[in-house]
Formats: sequence, C-alpha cells, structure tokens
Amino acid sequence: MRYLVYVLKRVVSLIPVLLGISFIVFFLIRLIPGDPAATLLGVHATPEAVKELRDQMGLEKPLLSQYLTFLGHLLQGNLGFSYVYNSSVLGLIGTSLPVTIWLLVSGTFFTLLIAVPLAVLAAARRNGVADNIIRAVPVVGLGLPAFLLGIVLILVFGLKLGWFPVGGYGDSLAEHLRGIVLPGVTVALTLAPIVIRSLRASMIEVLSSDYIVTAHSKGISTARVVLGHALRNAAVSSVTVLGVNIAYLTGSTLVVERVFSLPGIGQQMINSIFGRDFPTVQGITLVFAIMVVVVNLLTDVAHSALDPRVQLT
Amino acid sequence: MSAVATAGPAAPAGSGGRRRRGRWNAPLVAGLILFGLIVALALCAPLLTSQDPIKQNLQAAFLDPGAKGHLLGTDALGRDVLARLLYGARVDLRVGVVAVISPLIIGSLIGLVAGWFGGWVDAVIGRIVDMVIAFPFLVLVIALVFAMGPGTTSIYVAVTLVGWVAYCRIVRGQVLVAKEQEYAMAARASGLPTWRILLRHLLPNVVLQAIIFSMSDIVLTLLAIVTLGFLGLGVPPPTPDWGTMIQEGQQFILTKWYMATIPGLAVVVTGLALALIADGIVEKANQ
Repeated sequence: MRYLVYVLKRVVSLIPVLLGISFIVFFLIRLIPGDPAATLLGVHATPEAVKELRDQMGLEKPLLSQYLTFLGHLLQGNLGFSYVYNSSVLGLIGTSLPVTIWLLVSGTFFTLLIAVPLAVLAAARRNGVADNIIRAVPVVGLGLPAFLLGIVLILVFGLKLGWFPVGGYGDSLAEHLRGIVLPGVTVALTLAPIVIRSLRASMIEVLSSDYIVTAHSKGISTARVVLGHALRNAAVSSVTVLGVNIAYLTGSTLVVERVFSLPGIGQQMINSIFGRDFPTVQGITLVFAIMVVVVNLLTDVAHSALDPRVQLT
Repeated sequence: MSAVATAGPAAPAGSGGRRRRGRWNAPLVAGLILFGLIVALALCAPLLTSQDPIKQNLQAAFLDPGAKGHLLGTDALGRDVLARLLYGARVDLRVGVVAVISPLIIGSLIGLVAGWFGGWVDAVIGRIVDMVIAFPFLVLVIALVFAMGPGTTSIYVAVTLVGWVAYCRIVRGQVLVAKEQEYAMAARASGLPTWRILLRHLLPNVVLQAIIFSMSDIVLTLLAIVTLGFLGLGVPPPTPDWGTMIQEGQQFILTKWYMATIPGLAVVVTGLALALIADGIVEKANQ
C-alpha cells in the first residue's frame, strides 16, 4: 500500500515536468523564422489554407492562450496533422514507436549481457590483467560514435559474414528478431562501457564489506559469494546508472535507426526533417521526452523495489 | 550529457599546499600528446597538402589511396580525401570546442545564482533544468537546429540551449557546499556587493568541477557534431566535415570501404584523445 502511494506520488510529481516539456515543444515551432502556419503547411500551401490554420492555431491570440490551445489538443491525443504523409501525427508515431521500443529493449538486454559478466570479472580479480583491460574499454568507448560502430558491424556481420541483415526490420517476428540484433548490439556497445564502470565500482565496494568477509569465512565458494551475495547488492545502484543512460541513449536510437534503416520514430524524425514536416518533428520530439520521463520513473520504481532501504517519500 | 560520470567533490582551490607526486598521469599525457598532434595536423593543413578540400574534379573521382597527388585517394566528386580530412579537422574541432565554451559559461553562472540565492530562484531554475533534461540531448539539438535552419550558428545556439543544464547542476551543487564555508561567510559579512562575492570569491572555487566535466563534454559535443553531419544536418556543404564524409562514404561501403573508414578513424582517434584527457583530469582531481 505504502509502495502504491509512492508510485502514485511519483507519477503526480511528473506533471510539472510534462507541462514544461510541452512548453518547450510548443516554442520549438516559434523559433522558425516567419509564419508558423505557413511553415507547417509547406511551400505549396494556398493562402486560404494558411489563413485557416492560423485561425485554428489561434495565432492572432495572445501567446498564453495559444499554448493552452496546444495543450488542450495534446490532452486529447491530438499531436497535429502531417501534410507530408497525409496522416495524423499520432498515427505515424503509433506505427513507428514499437520499433524504437524494441530497439531499446534489445539494446538494454545486450548491454546487460555484455556489462554484467565483464564488471563481475573485473571486480573479482581487481587490478588483474582482465580488470586493466576492462577498465580501458570505457575510455575508448566514450569517443566512439554509435553510427560508426553500426557501420562496422554491418560491414563485418552483415556483409562479410552474412549472419544478419544489413538493415531493415522485415515483416515476420523471426525477421524482426534477426533485424534487431545488430542495432541492439550497437546500442549496447555504447551503453555497456558506462554500466561496466559503475557496476565494477559498486561491486568492489560491496566485496569489501563485512558480510562478504563473513560469507567467505563460512567457507562458501568464491563464485557463490560473488554471484549470490555481492552481485545483487551491487546491481541495485547500477539500476539507476542504467536507467539514466537508457534515457540518454533514446537519443542515439535515432542515429542507430538511421544506420540500420529501422522504421522507428528516430528514422521518422529525420525523414520528416528533410520533408520539412514540422508537426511530425514536433510530435516525435515530444514523444522522445515522454519516453525519457517514463524510463526515469521506471528506474526509480525499480530501484525502490530492489532496495528496501530507499525511503519512499 | 548525463552519460559521463563526474568526479567527486574537489578541495577548494588554493587549499592544496602539499605537492603531489603524480602530477601527470599516463592517460593525461597520452591524451595531450595525441590531441596536440591532431591540432597540429589541422593547423598545418595548408603546409601538408596543396590540394583544395572543396575543389571537385569528376574525372579524378574514386581514386584509391596512394594515387598520384592524392595520398588518401579522392571521393565521389573527385575531391582530395586527405585535404578534406585535414580541413575537416579544423571545422569539427573548432565547432566542438566553441560549442562547449558557451554552455560552460552560461550554465556555471546560472548554477552560481541558483545555488547562492536558493528559495524561489533556485526552484524556478531547477524546474527549467528538469524540463530540458527530459529531452534526449541529440533529439533536442536536432530539433533546434532544424527549427533555426542549418549552419554553425544554429549548432552553437542549440548546443548551448541544451548543454547549459549539466553545468548548472554541477556548479549549483558546489555552491551549496561552498556558501557554508568560512571564506564565503566572511565575504558576506564584510558587506561586499553580491556580484563581487559570486564572481571573485565563489566562482574560482566552484568552477573546477564544471571545467573537468567540460573535458568529457567536448567528446560528446564533437560526437554530436559529427553525428549531425552524418545525418545531413551539420555544417552545410561544401565545407569539409568528418560526419558528412562518413555519410558520403557509407554509400560506397561495398566497393570502397576506406571512404567511410578513413574519416571514421579520425573521429575515433580524436574521441580517444579527448576521452583520455578527460579521464586523466578526473583522475588527477580525485587524487
């Protein structure tokens, strides 16, 4: 019950942030030089259509009332209309968002697959050869752009070895699964170094605590102490690091989708930019921000669920 | 921005009386040497190649590396790859470094104000920070560059509008600690004007962490700029830029793999040099 109240409180506390996000997205379109209505409709718009949209957007009214109109539309799930695709922006996002979520999920999966064993190995054999190599990885990984990794993976595993498709998402579940591996690994390779770093640090801290010494002295095998006793506690703090960085990485899915021609919202955003399809760019920017907020919320909730010491306030 | 771990709290400036043995650590030295080399290559571009980085020659397109007069070959428009690489370094490094300076200054000043005054000022600034942080860095930068139109000015403005929040948070946190310390209270008690306390007394003590963070921020900003170029939203053509070169090269990756690989390597080596410097500085600060 207390837990449910906590989650509800966290959700309520998101309202100001969500309002702020909508405010920034609203202003985005005001940054474009010239008439927003004309920009929205594109170069081929008739003056009548521009006039109609101006009225609809309430451009003659004060800025605050314009914002309230915009907000009202948002609350009704109306993100605007794409004149380029001749479809509602919500509909466009609805078809491409699952691909992006898939990419994020597979990216997280591969991150854990790479990061957890390496971090455990590094922490268990501190200052050993493996540890030194693993510690050097984040430094190299930091300067590596995601799109470059993607191109290299395509070159090696797509073209040379032919294990995975070089791009695209396919039509069946099997093709989806095959198509998402390389993009997921690309995301993971940019995310894993950061997670390794944090998990290694907290593993080392946990491994030097008293209860681990006790466990050792009881004659429990090292493997069991490390995996059974230490990892669980060390993982708690890494959940936050992982969450923060998944939020950060939602931005790079945009590039990864571009490299692998995945029809997600990032790819949609870039295409819409080149099509000067402003309502879609605006809508996707909003969705990206909401995704970050949701991931952060899930991280907090997961953290408090894993660690009973977290104060539920 | 949040992807990089920052160093722990540092001692106030001027408090370090004792000399430390490890003034220079291996990552810092290696990073500085590597980065110095890249800067030198960029600065000496006109001495190293006589080729024009934007001059097209369709009759000499797709030359392999090692061709006569074109050490690294030519691209699809017959432009010299070496010249584009060297002049591209000038563009990307300049944009990357400049694009970090204004968020550093603006974010630090706002963080200073938020931390010092607290109360509603802090609350308002805090809310704005929360809003901006909710957006993935790259997404908001791309949306802003799109709204303002392509060009280096848009990139500077976009990176500043998004990037200041990290510095604001770091400096604010430092100020909260520093303002309880004796020197800050003494400055306040002596009746100095607020701006003087903030800029002359507090800022030098709290800005170190922000500067340390800016070193890793340069890596991320450089990557963001190259990524913008790769997406076709960066420095407008024909100006040479590594991201654009990689994007152009990717189209010919089956037959001419080196076209994307050469500028790609340049990005990786530069990123590595900057990451080493950042790592070395953090290590130094934590000693």
